[in-house]
Amino acid sequence: MSLATLDERTGVLGRRNALAKLVAATVVGVPLLLSIDPVSAAVALAAVLVLLPFARLSARGLWLRLWPIVVSALMAAAATVLYGRAGGETYLQWGLVHVSDGSLLLAAAIALRVLAIAVPSVVLFATTDPTDLADALAQLAKLPARFVIGALAGMRLVGLLIDDWNELARARRARGIADNGRVRRFLGQAFAVFVLAIRRGSDLATAMEARGFDAPVTRTWARTSRLTAGDAVLVLLGLAVAAASVGIALVTGSWRFVLTL
Amino acid sequence: MSAAAVRARGWGWRHAGRGRFAVDGLDLDIAPGERVLLLGASGAGKSTLLRGLAGVLGGDEDGEERGELTVGDRPASRARGVAGLVLQDPDSQVVLARVGDDVAFGCENLGVAADEIWPRVGDALDAVGLRVGLEHATSALSGGQKQRLALAGALAMRPGLLLLDEPTANLDPAGVVEVRDAVIAAVAATGATLVVVEHRVDVWAAHVDRVVVLAAGGGVLADGAPDTVFRTHGDVLAETGVWVPGRHPHPALTAAADAASPALLSTHGLAVGRRPFGAREAVVAASGIALAARAGRVLAVTGPNGVGKSTLALTVAGLLAPAAGAVVASDELRAAGRATIGPDPLRWRSRELLTRIGTVFQSPDHQLAARTVRGELEIGPRALRLPPAEVAARVDPLLEEMGMSRLAAVNPFTLSGGEKRRLTVAAALATRPRVLVLDEPTFGQDARTWEQLVRLLGDLRAAGTAIVTVTHDEALVAQLADDVVALGAAASAPGGVG
Repeated sequence: MSLATLDERTGVLGRRNALAKLVAATVVGVPLLLSIDPVSAAVALAAVLVLLPFARLSARGLWLRLWPIVVSALMAAAATVLYGRAGGETYLQWGLVHVSDGSLLLAAAIALRVLAIAVPSVVLFATTDPTDLADALAQLAKLPARFVIGALAGMRLVGLLIDDWNELARARRARGIADNGRVRRFLGQAFAVFVLAIRRGSDLATAMEARGFDAPVTRTWARTSRLTAGDAVLVLLGLAVAAASVGIALVTGSWRFVLTL
Repeated sequence: MSAAAVRARGWGWRHAGRGRFAVDGLDLDIAPGERVLLLGASGAGKSTLLRGLAGVLGGDEDGEERGELTVGDRPASRARGVAGLVLQDPDSQVVLARVGDDVAFGCENLGVAADEIWPRVGDALDAVGLRVGLEHATSALSGGQKQRLALAGALAMRPGLLLLDEPTANLDPAGVVEVRDAVIAAVAATGATLVVVEHRVDVWAAHVDRVVVLAAGGGVLADGAPDTVFRTHGDVLAETGVWVPGRHPHPALTAAADAASPALLSTHGLAVGRRPFGAREAVVAASGIALAARAGRVLAVTGPNGVGKSTLALTVAGLLAPAAGAVVASDELRAAGRATIGPDPLRWRSRELLTRIGTVFQSPDHQLAARTVRGELEIGPRALRLPPAEVAARVDPLLEEMGMSRLAAVNPFTLSGGEKRRLTVAAALATRPRVLVLDEPTFGQDARTWEQLVRLLGDLRAAGTAIVTVTHDEALVAQLADDVVALGAAASAPGGVG
């Protein structure tokens, strides 16, 4: 799971319950989806960035996970600057391109919003072990165990499928059928991976069933998922960030509900 | 849990969508604590019986059951948790990411109290001798360790009946002994009944009380003490592919070309390795490799799991970039097609490989690409754009030679393991490559398929093909190899077999 997991189970965030992290990320993110204004997003992002050093994560590990989001936020902003809704003073007009006060403001709002929603989510989930998340979802959120454990076990197969894909590519080259058009080759190989995935899935299902999965008794949990005071603090921090961002946006009058845009 | 008895009366099972019953008319009694080796020809229903005993065959939509099958005193299908099952493929049995959680999985499902689970997990891991720590990542275990993990997962459920379906077929010789010893120790400690399916009889014969041979047409062919069964039914068993002690195949082979035979492929300062997902550089598995594939000779590449044998095979076959150094084709090999091409096989087009280097992968499932057996054999000749008459002229004799003519229209994915192996070898031969690279061709094969493969490779050698084979199989090396390259022990061996 090293592909996804940063600071596994030892750091300040690693020790928090996965459900608390899920709630905190939702509490911060959802209000930001309701408005498009620079103020609420800027406040939320600033608060998250102020809190981030307290998590004591490795700067390099963090950057490796965050840079794709920074790049996509900048790309979204660039597109909005050029093509966004015009308003106020116009600085450049060339065909469809129309840079104005309105489009600049909207671009800033969008870039900040992408970052404000994504940064806490990525940080919280990169420090979450998938097994712990499954335990929390099944034991605390009371989602069906059959579904949660099935999904967890299935996720493990993703790594195997990456290996399968590479092996299939080599086998196809060895068999003389790798010179065909790219699209055809991709489709053929995708189908083969699909077939392998089904076989691996059904093998795994047999192995799980042989170990009593889905037996007609009440399942117990070897790892009890508990909520602690630290988890309450995390959720409260999330609530505080959300309240500050929405509150300040409302007070400054910049809050713009998305549906009225 | 105390040892469980097994009782079958006229039991049969037909998988949904099949016309024939996989097992039929079976009468069998196994006493509590007995250790049974279950044999039978491919298709006699050994795996079906084990799955039936484990209660994982499913319900009415999965197939049709008749007769009676009980474990302990309950119908097998309702005796979940009485039987523990370990399957062949190490990779498909790992459920969770951490060793401790994976072993605990079965206990959780059976509703064992949480404070009782961890002592059981500890006991089970001790019993199989897997002392890597509860937090250890299951993905970092070797094939043998994964099988011991699966065994620990079954033992933690405290089963009265332990069922093993070819548990060591995918392991190297060290892994085989490691898993076998863990099973014997665990059964001795718990007194559980043991039923093991395995055609490598030598591994288990000295450790079981009884051998039961299933008949291909249903019912039991032979049943008794190991020595008695092998003495009285040795011929029949050998014919069905069982590795009967003292009757291992020794096909007569034509002698190889002499050691000065020209090298078709050679390596210079070669280091091999794979690039992990997302990484820029390959992790070197083996380096300083000097080898030559010579016309009319067999080169065996040996060494324990994880030393990069498969990686080396792929690199030599022009399918993987070397980590350092070079693989160089001789002038003769470069000219073995329509045009003479460069010396680096990695830069050849896919089609240009066909007449020069054929590759047989370890897992046939990755290699099969057609919907019928005939189609599978036609892929190579068609890629060479041979005229239809020539394609048929190559495919028909191969079908005949492999004994697969009657399977020509069958979907290759539905073939047995031995049939798939023969098919992938035949598919590589259809384009008549000068060099044949094989990765563990005899892995998990029964004695009959083994003999056929060795005979076939012997014939190819006599016809002047250069053969490179990666293998753990000591008998294959002894009977066929002319040159041996032994790769050293690796510092660590993650990633399972090969």
